[in-house]
Amino acid sequence: MQTPANVSRPRGSVWTDPKVRAWLFQIIAVIAVVAIGWFLFDNTQTNLEKRGITSGFSFLNNSAGFGIAQHLIDYNESDTYGRVFFVGLLNTLLVSVIGIVLATIMGFILGVARLSPNWLIGKVATVYIETFRNIPPLLQIFFWYFAVMLSLPGPRASLEIGQTFFLNSRGLYMPAPSPSDSFVTFFGAVVVAIIGIVLLTRWSRARFEATGRYFPVSLGAIPLLLVLPGLAVLLTGNPLQWSTPELTGFNFRGGWVLIPELIALTLALSIYTAAFIAENVRSGIMAVSHGQTEAARSLGLPAGKTLRLVIIPQAMRVIIPPLTSQYLNLAKNSSLAAGIGYPDMVSLFAGTVLNQTGQAIEVIAITMSVYLAISISISMLMNWYNKRMALIER
Amino acid sequence: MSTHTFKPDLPPPLLSVGVLGWLRANLFSSWFNGLLTLFAAYLIWLVVPPLLQWAIIDADWVGTTRADCTSGGACWVFIQQRFGQFMYGFYPTELRWRVDLTLWLAVIGAAPLFISAMPRKAVYGLGFLVVYPLLAFWLLHGGSFGLREVATSQWGGLMLTLVIASVGIAGALPLGIMLALGRRSEMPAIRVICVTFIEFWRGVPLITVLFMSSVMLPLFLPEGMSFDKLMRALIGVILFQSAYIAEVVRGGLQAIPKGQYEAAAAMGLGYWRMMGLVILPQALKLVIPGIVNTFIALFKDTSLVIIIGLFDLLNSIKQATTDPVWLGMATEGYVFAALVFWIFCFGMSRYSMHLERKLNTGHKR
Repeated sequence: MQTPANVSRPRGSVWTDPKVRAWLFQIIAVIAVVAIGWFLFDNTQTNLEKRGITSGFSFLNNSAGFGIAQHLIDYNESDTYGRVFFVGLLNTLLVSVIGIVLATIMGFILGVARLSPNWLIGKVATVYIETFRNIPPLLQIFFWYFAVMLSLPGPRASLEIGQTFFLNSRGLYMPAPSPSDSFVTFFGAVVVAIIGIVLLTRWSRARFEATGRYFPVSLGAIPLLLVLPGLAVLLTGNPLQWSTPELTGFNFRGGWVLIPELIALTLALSIYTAAFIAENVRSGIMAVSHGQTEAARSLGLPAGKTLRLVIIPQAMRVIIPPLTSQYLNLAKNSSLAAGIGYPDMVSLFAGTVLNQTGQAIEVIAITMSVYLAISISISMLMNWYNKRMALIER
Repeated sequence: MSTHTFKPDLPPPLLSVGVLGWLRANLFSSWFNGLLTLFAAYLIWLVVPPLLQWAIIDADWVGTTRADCTSGGACWVFIQQRFGQFMYGFYPTELRWRVDLTLWLAVIGAAPLFISAMPRKAVYGLGFLVVYPLLAFWLLHGGSFGLREVATSQWGGLMLTLVIASVGIAGALPLGIMLALGRRSEMPAIRVICVTFIEFWRGVPLITVLFMSSVMLPLFLPEGMSFDKLMRALIGVILFQSAYIAEVVRGGLQAIPKGQYEAAAAMGLGYWRMMGLVILPQALKLVIPGIVNTFIALFKDTSLVIIIGLFDLLNSIKQATTDPVWLGMATEGYVFAALVFWIFCFGMSRYSMHLERKLNTGHKR
């Protein structure tokens, strides 16, 4: 029996055909989006014309004319808005990187502490986590800045640690290293030591794979790292010269200074994010079933190796995806700097520059694309790491 | 016939039962553990006694002016004197009953939703969601039916925080659900539009969104069409939050087994009825804890409206601490703000955990 193919399906009207409908909906959606976009664009054009604002990015070449409290690259008031952009971007990255490092360390310690069989440690970690993750980050920043940093004594009465570190309401002053003539030799020695350790690790792994005999790498690595640079210092002298801050007049000179805004911001952000990371770490470790520990122990692995070779690699797989979003949150939360005037991307660029130039659209567009770029790069980096750590299944 | 009588059992060793046993098992099971315990005890001793001393023992609780704070501890008189401003902002004092009434209506109106045995909960809930916002807006804003108008620029304090958070979530939910459906759609154009929208808002900080809505929105709109500051902030918050809701809902949609879709299609349900009657009720139930968590995040994020000059709880307190009469009260002010935020967020997170346990009805295997 043969039926023509086109009879096999009951034919309704064209409108009920799912394919036709799908096309129709998509065309309508695209038209709607384009229409909304055009509507906004058109309005913006007329509004800009009416207010006499010329659009374009040429304002980036104009001189900014304002000072910035913290700049990682050379900057003075006559520099351009374009340079201000880079100063702000670097300041944002600085806070994000320091915050991510601190939050990760604190978060892992707290997450493990919360699971500790020690009742007191567990409770302390729980109280920390439950307190700090339920208080808005901006409020924590305000607290550290207005209630703690700004109420510190002035430079003349600063709190000091061993005549080298000074903490006062203008920031934390610390000695700054500067490379002396022998720095090159010292640096070369460190590089050679690191290369040696890498080679040693490879050799020990290859021997372990081949013979099953284990060679503790740290036995060779620690002497290597101490002896070579040590020799360099002995032969050529101190590689770094330290300039310590000194009180002259009303303020300190010399050394490095961390401005109070930076301290408040990094403290608040890492304390806040650490609470979330701790929870991720805890759930990651709890996700590894107890059978894994038991299996490792029955294979004869000692406790340390069980943790390092069995528990942590499996827990990391669970931890990494939420950890990524915590990193993203921290990078985005660094924009709260605007609340206390730390010269980051938002407060410098979307704040001061926007107010001075009035180029709202360009400035906001640049700012948003910077954050988008930061977000995308963090998630790409973490996806790459995640893929490396992921379970390889047949 | 000899009978054996057993001697009574020896009591367990003193070190393994009671307080001592507990201490040994939980605090001093090894020397390392003992060290950790001592360390933790030192930390507690370092933090807790000074805190109690400052916040309770040495604190001043009664008085009317700064001069009443004499004992050197926390000066809660400051909070007491400015409490009205922290709660209501610049809302006229004689009209504050309207704010209270709005809040009570919300509590009374929403209470039946938390009773498990309540019949026709969905119908009631939807009705509440439609009627209450209109009523609340009328009560808070006034301007018609005999109520005096209170411009949104006078709103402030905790009330404004709650308004932004609840309007934000109420607006973001429907938009977020639509975006999540769009992201899971089989039509490429719709999927691309939704993915772009979601990823854009998730990639930028809320602060820049608020900047954008306050600076750029007036440029985007035709002449004569303008919103007040609060409205602009709300639009920004809703767009931003809808992207996060969309991702939460997507998680729920992905957790629904394919059989449910196929069964619904086999019953002859079209797309909207399949989603409305079969998929979404199950998916939304799964993600209620996630939505509550998003709401907590939003609640904390409302404090950012300070950047565009709205007087929410945090900003009211910040302004009060710069008042020359009460200079130097920053710590008290921020501790109070932290306490208020903490109570709300902690309460909600406990509720979300409770829901998670209650709703965990066999979907996870």
